[in-house]
Amino acid sequence: MTTDKEISLTIDGVVTKAPATATIMEAADAINISIPRLCYHPHLSIAGACRVCLVEVEGMRNPVASCAYPVAEGMKVRTSSTLLRRLRRDVVELILDNHPQDCQTCDRNGNCELQKLAYELGIRERYFEGERKKVEKDLSSPAVIRDPEKCILCGRCVRVCDEVQGVCNLSQHRRGFHINVAPAHEGNMMESVCVQCGQCANVCPTAAILESNDTDDVFKALEDPTKHVVVQTAPSIRAAIGEGFGYEPGTPATGKMVSALRLMGFDKVFDTNFGADLTIVEEAHEFLRRFEKNEKLPLITSCSPGWVKFMEHFYPELIPLASTCRSPMTMLSVLIKTYYAEKAGIDPKNVYVVGIMPCTAKKFEARRPEHFTPWGVPYTDAVLTTREIIWMMKSFGLEFRHLGDAVFDNPLGLSTGAADIFGTTGGVMEAALRTAYEKLTGQPCEQMDFTEVRGVEGVKESKVKIGDKTLSVVVANGLENAKTVLDKVKSGEKKYHMIEIMACTGGCIGGGGQPYPPPGMHIMDSKLLRMRAKALYTIDHQKQFRKSHENPYILKLYERFLGEPNGHKAHELLHTHYEPKLPRGVR
Amino acid sequence: MPTPLARVSLMRRKAISSLFEKKFAAGVRVTVGSATCENAAGANPVYERIAQLFQEHKIKHVALGRVGCAGRCDLEPVVTVISHGKIPVKYVKMTPAKIDEVFQSHVLKGEVLEKYTMAKLAGLPRAKRVVSICTGAGCLKKNAGVEQAFLEAITQHGLEQSATVTRSACQGLCERGPIAFVYPDGVAYQKVTPEAAKEIVEKHLKDGKPVAEYAWQGKRLINRFLPIYGDVHFFGKQLRITLRNCGVIDPESLDEYFAVQGYEAIGKVLTEMSPKQVVDSVIKSGLRGRGGGGFPTGVKWQLAAAQRSNEKYFICNADEGDPGAFMDRSTIEGDPHSILEGMMIGGYAIGASKGFVYIRAEYPLAIQRLEKAIADARQAGLLGENILGSGFNFDIELRLGAGAFVCGEETAMLKSIEGERGMPRPRPPYPSTAGLWGKPTVINNVETLANLPVVIIDGPEWFSSLGTAKSKGTKVFALAGKVNNTGLVEVPMGTTLRDVVFDVGGGIAGGRKFKAVQTGGPAGGCLPESALDTPVDYDSLAAAGSIMGSGGMIVMDDSTCMVDVARFFLEFTQDESCGKCTPCREGTKRMLEILERITKGQGQLADIDKLLRLADTIRRTSLCGLGQAAPNPVISTITHFRHEYEAHVRDKKCPAGVCTKLVLYEIDKEKCIGCTACARRCPVKCIAGEPKKLHSIDQSRCIKCGQCYQACKFDAVLRK
Repeated sequence: MTTDKEISLTIDGVVTKAPATATIMEAADAINISIPRLCYHPHLSIAGACRVCLVEVEGMRNPVASCAYPVAEGMKVRTSSTLLRRLRRDVVELILDNHPQDCQTCDRNGNCELQKLAYELGIRERYFEGERKKVEKDLSSPAVIRDPEKCILCGRCVRVCDEVQGVCNLSQHRRGFHINVAPAHEGNMMESVCVQCGQCANVCPTAAILESNDTDDVFKALEDPTKHVVVQTAPSIRAAIGEGFGYEPGTPATGKMVSALRLMGFDKVFDTNFGADLTIVEEAHEFLRRFEKNEKLPLITSCSPGWVKFMEHFYPELIPLASTCRSPMTMLSVLIKTYYAEKAGIDPKNVYVVGIMPCTAKKFEARRPEHFTPWGVPYTDAVLTTREIIWMMKSFGLEFRHLGDAVFDNPLGLSTGAADIFGTTGGVMEAALRTAYEKLTGQPCEQMDFTEVRGVEGVKESKVKIGDKTLSVVVANGLENAKTVLDKVKSGEKKYHMIEIMACTGGCIGGGGQPYPPPGMHIMDSKLLRMRAKALYTIDHQKQFRKSHENPYILKLYERFLGEPNGHKAHELLHTHYEPKLPRGVR
Repeated sequence: MPTPLARVSLMRRKAISSLFEKKFAAGVRVTVGSATCENAAGANPVYERIAQLFQEHKIKHVALGRVGCAGRCDLEPVVTVISHGKIPVKYVKMTPAKIDEVFQSHVLKGEVLEKYTMAKLAGLPRAKRVVSICTGAGCLKKNAGVEQAFLEAITQHGLEQSATVTRSACQGLCERGPIAFVYPDGVAYQKVTPEAAKEIVEKHLKDGKPVAEYAWQGKRLINRFLPIYGDVHFFGKQLRITLRNCGVIDPESLDEYFAVQGYEAIGKVLTEMSPKQVVDSVIKSGLRGRGGGGFPTGVKWQLAAAQRSNEKYFICNADEGDPGAFMDRSTIEGDPHSILEGMMIGGYAIGASKGFVYIRAEYPLAIQRLEKAIADARQAGLLGENILGSGFNFDIELRLGAGAFVCGEETAMLKSIEGERGMPRPRPPYPSTAGLWGKPTVINNVETLANLPVVIIDGPEWFSSLGTAKSKGTKVFALAGKVNNTGLVEVPMGTTLRDVVFDVGGGIAGGRKFKAVQTGGPAGGCLPESALDTPVDYDSLAAAGSIMGSGGMIVMDDSTCMVDVARFFLEFTQDESCGKCTPCREGTKRMLEILERITKGQGQLADIDKLLRLADTIRRTSLCGLGQAAPNPVISTITHFRHEYEAHVRDKKCPAGVCTKLVLYEIDKEKCIGCTACARRCPVKCIAGEPKKLHSIDQSRCIKCGQCYQACKFDAVLRK
């Protein structure tokens, strides 16, 4: 391979070196010349569709797309000229001309890539205005909604859904001016193989794909005097919410977050982490039982609702292997409407549970009939993404940065470090191993950092020595990576005891509802993911308890309410089932 | 072990003897044109009727068969009677009823039924012999007085009714020129002087004795086509290399393809040439891609041949999509084996063992004939493993396109073959390095491939002797529009547009005035009268503001509105844009809107500048050729016909009277005699008036169809 080979070229008069395999854009980025771009995404294949990143190459008749064009020895590139400025301007104006002119009232106002580009390219008037496309919104899904009129056809969603998630739900339909991105047969998101992971919304440069907004319902509940409104926040929120208020990614903001939620009027602020600890106890016991009987292995985790739906569409034959544990969010919601309501003497019908999640698929999960109360409402009444809660806090006028630190309410607010790391890929596996180790060996687990399963790589395999036994485990994040692992399991090429799958790249810290990254960073950026993960590992290290089964409130919960792990009551309240779903996914 | 070439020769001998036993024993053959267009014109019932007549009359002395399209669209269906030693008789516009008459007269009695012949239609006598004088540039310089000498000698000997003089295109024997061919004897006379002409008339035309002294004894020229069709001017002026077998052989007969040197080229390649020698030959021939790009074919092969890969692919691009273009379809329908042979030669040259033909599903007959040709070739050991005992493996599969124009673009085609939505991707990498499934791939157009057996058999030197300095060989055009002879024509590169339109095409129909000729389909441009002397070659057409393209050629007369033409093409490209890149998707829509505005009289002068600005942006920034070329019809019409745009915008008039919103029909009070012709023709009955009294048009109901304008014999309907 020639990866090490370097060539030299001139960009805007600057002589520089670049790997022979680099593109002009990469070479320019390396010397801090940021060529305007739109459809480009560093983690997706090159489309060359928007035609914004044009540059002039000496000797070429027409400008070339710098995202796609390879560098060459002696090449002379200009990234700015009167011609280029006019061409880029015209191209972006053509996009704007077919785009609703509603910036002030748009969800992405202020963090829209098209808006920013139009400003930077100096588009101050329109020359070519004409007809605009008319396409109905797709509001079918409780999780991910689409407004095709805002779609600028960059194709990032199509690529992320195919290349990263392996779902291939979105594709282009029709041609020319009438081209439309949609699920198969221009169907809707709800009746498709969409797993509701929201990665399409994450990469979308405009407001064409968004999470379904539930903030209104939550505002109403907060103002309803008959409602006892309880909020729970997922592990990864504390590592990302600060970004919404100008903190550097990876700044833990647990205390300020809890303060803010109290100020907003939530009656109780609980921690989904408690549910995570409970999940580990249940799942570890589930695993140990299967391990002892050597049946239904490998056990596959089921915390990630995107992955669960993916399994139901694409791998229904693997359903028996999935853990039957409800997700940490739903476990906690169940406890809030049973254990907590009983303890606090509140009619559970008046309890309104809000989950703050990094995830769009959690909105879908909350609406699954399996997770409804016997009186017919969801255990989790509303799910808000990190982005939604940031906006709500801002609309409340909260000066987040100036808030003091507060702590979660008890008893459902205490958690171990094992629960914190749920928010990153490998975290559930590591947490499960800490507990499984002790349950299997009866010895204390001294070395709690299972570093082999940490990191942002797509697939992480590890052999873990536990006493005289060796557990073979694998962690996958991003569903295309999950496919790779599962196909090897199905073919018999690989044998594992346990598999952790998170639908999103990096796990929940890269979830479909997390804040749009700050300038210079992007979704799926390993640097960004490492920063957010570091916050969680830091919190883990600082915790008094770092193994889920040591959580004193969990122990008390079993003692006073649930009985045995995997026991009858635990099973009734904390476990669920899955069903094959149509349309069947094409692998 | 016999060599591949020896095996092909054996197959050929067997084929010929079988053909003579079964088909040509009697020396008389009746062929029915049978391509999609001919079938649409009614060739199938005609064929069935003849077959029925043959059966009823127990005709054994005449062979009946089908052939591909000869290219004379306006005269189809064509039935040809070929008798040994006679100029073949072509009956045109046949119907089952007319064929009964032809059968009774010609087949049963041996009497030519003049009234239906192509010659009669062209005003020619039923000649015994035809002299065809080469008018290639080389011969033309030297043949002063030759044609005149022939004509005079014919008159002198009173042979006007038995000999005719036509012209032929360059046959690539320029150093021996002037050349004159005499058919049906197939004699080529070289270095013909006026004196020699006299002698040829006296001895050959009058007495039937060829003059050996002047006859060219060297290499046989490609002249299978001219002996059948060369007496008719439309065909004579052409040089048929690509279409050499179309209208000559039965496309569904492998034997007939063998009989015309079929598969001799692949035999030669596998016997005598290394892959590198094949590549070198094709480079030397100067053959350039006929799909429109004009990239040197041999260089493309060289790039792919240089790649190291365990698998390579060779693709035939038969996704012909330009409006009105049917060169590729006719070639496949008339001579499918030549495409397969071309692909085999290419596959061998680049080291591919797998080939695909990407063909539109809208071409069912072409698909059927290709499928049969592939099956027959496999059966004969010409496709598959160890072809002709050479160790070379190559097989071909069809891939049907679903009718997206953009899939003719090579990277979109690759996506489509891979089973994805056909959308182009940026290049590099070029398919020759990373093509189908990432493997080195060559994509050649149908017409390019059809030339390859000729390049191999007749040699790159001969091939490169045809055409111009940078454009070698011939080009096939689908000649359409307001021209007398519409059809498929193949002329040497360098022939002028004027020759194609006015000579081969027979000039403008209905005696109207020429306005423009459009070449290159939606990616091409409209050239005005001042550009008519542009030679047809890649570089000259580009310099004139159009492109060679794949071969569409639409002739327009003064009843054509150039703004409307631009609007038509933009409508096409906007509809066919895949929608991937911004400028093509959005920009062509805006251009179309502006053009629609102008044709409705709502345009402003600034709109013309906006069109030019958008055109420039789209041309420079689009991802693929479709978008980059989309503005060409607008740029060329504004360049050459700006006054028409200005008339629409400033005067709110459409000079050609096409744009209905800008036309007003009125009746001239002085001229109207009240004949009622206009009122009777008016489809919406908005013309009122008693017989012999002044008529009037109700403007509120008039739909501007122009029927009254055409109906009036007294110029009393005014178009304003």
